[in-house]
Amino acid sequence: MLAQNKTTPFLLGYRLYVVTFFIFLAAPLISAGAFAFNDSLFPALPWQGFTLDWFFGDTEPKLGMFHDRRLLQGLYYSFVIAIFVAALSVFVGTTNAFLFVRGDFPAKNFFYIMMVVPLVIPGVILGISILVLASDTANMMERRFAIELEFLRPGILLVVLGQFSFIATITSLVITARLKKFDETMEEAAYNLGASRARVLRTITLPFLRPAMIAAGIVAFLVSFENFNTTLFLVGSEAPLTITMYDRMAKVGSTPVLNAVSFFLMVGSGLLALMSVLIQRDKTAR
Amino acid sequence: MQKDIKRLSLILLFAPFTLWILLLVVLPHIGMVILSLREKVAPRVYEFGFGNYLEFLHEPIYWNTLIRTGSMSLLVTALALIIGFPIAYYIAKIAGPRARGGLFLLCLIPLWVSDLIRSFGWILLLRETGVISSFLVWTGLIGTPVEFLYNDAAVIVGLVYTVILFMIVPLVSTLDGMDNSMIEAGYNLGGNGFTVLRRIIIPYAMPGIVAGCIVTFMLTAGSYLTPILLGGKNSSWFTEQIYNQFITRFNWEGGAAFGMLLLLFTSLVIWLGLKLSGQTLANTVAKS
Repeated sequence: MLAQNKTTPFLLGYRLYVVTFFIFLAAPLISAGAFAFNDSLFPALPWQGFTLDWFFGDTEPKLGMFHDRRLLQGLYYSFVIAIFVAALSVFVGTTNAFLFVRGDFPAKNFFYIMMVVPLVIPGVILGISILVLASDTANMMERRFAIELEFLRPGILLVVLGQFSFIATITSLVITARLKKFDETMEEAAYNLGASRARVLRTITLPFLRPAMIAAGIVAFLVSFENFNTTLFLVGSEAPLTITMYDRMAKVGSTPVLNAVSFFLMVGSGLLALMSVLIQRDKTAR
Repeated sequence: MQKDIKRLSLILLFAPFTLWILLLVVLPHIGMVILSLREKVAPRVYEFGFGNYLEFLHEPIYWNTLIRTGSMSLLVTALALIIGFPIAYYIAKIAGPRARGGLFLLCLIPLWVSDLIRSFGWILLLRETGVISSFLVWTGLIGTPVEFLYNDAAVIVGLVYTVILFMIVPLVSTLDGMDNSMIEAGYNLGGNGFTVLRRIIIPYAMPGIVAGCIVTFMLTAGSYLTPILLGGKNSSWFTEQIYNQFITRFNWEGGAAFGMLLLLFTSLVIWLGLKLSGQTLANTVAKS
């Protein structure tokens, strides 16, 4: 190994570098979370003592996040959007996995690259391109047929579609990787024992894919929840949490309530991430 | 009969894929190209032409912003690679099997936290009333609080922080697949640490390096929040121009042209990177 032949000081320095790096990783997260508990009107030093007001306080100026209507509404919209995005992405990811692992069709490589492409398109551009197409379609329908298609205007549906357009690539890759590991003799055995195609799919193949599907769903949920770039252009009046928080930060200036939201989100996504790791490890460790 | 079923299921599997790629990726981009080629000659009167692109060329502030975005993104990518490679190597090759999984998970933690919160954390650390400034005043190293925010260095630190995980993850997974005996063989044949790194480890890790660089570069060039929040008013990031055209000035034609330019620019850089390193999109990004 690279470091083994070296003297100990080298390895020690290397270790120190790794530790410094992890401090660098943790520093902004700790500062974003810790000030949620500071009994001060500004998220800054000095430390004024511990408080939970920024979570549960119900009076101005220390209105806690659980009493802040707009933040709670943002949280709700984010949740709804993320659920739809996760469900859609897992569904399409699963069909894509079958398509690319089992299917046999011309120009398969080309289509596979098409599937990966949304991941390398900047999120801002996905957002504006979908906005442009939806608005063009809506305008055309209005002019030609005098039909007003409200759902093609910026709003929840467009946000869901915009996020789905690249999150589906992530879920497809995760589920495809899992399906590739599947031992097809298991299916053959089931057919030999007289099972129908639907039954084999339901009792053998899908259970095998389940950990990957759940993990992909959690990843999709989290990526959707924290997305900003694509959402920014497609958002209507129902602003999800990241947009609400950004508005607060840019216009009102930051108060520790934003730290409280940050802390809440970090704990929430940390738990979800841990869950996805446990689910995947549980079943794949053999 | 068996063949028909196969055919039918193939078509059924193709349907969601086609709907997704066609309606949400291909058609929107075609729509954007068409929109970007519409010139406004009078209110509500449009003509086909390259006017929106010419405006970009005539206005130095626009292409300067694009060049600035591009060069800073390259710098961020390089920094992420230089800082991230030793970390990835440590996780994949030096850490013990138990520590490895833990360190890898630790690396992933910021990934699960929104961009917004990460930038917010940096703001709290770097601003004039922030943690670092207050700490330095407290220790007596500086007399008055210093503003660390709203400059290029802050933007670069924030961006490196945001994207470095996307560099480390593919690097760890390629280095993980590398047989230790290859490195030992290098030493046995008389190579020193540097030669082994240059002749064995880096060539082996190339797909991971390229994948990491592509994703990192793309994310940096397309980022919006970090440059704006950490760079302040004069961050001059290209995505900010796109936002201004679209939302502030309501000039969708110009915004679409800018979007196409950013897309062409990032694609060009990615294509060059793939060509220079002899890799393909399928064996780099798709694998990580």
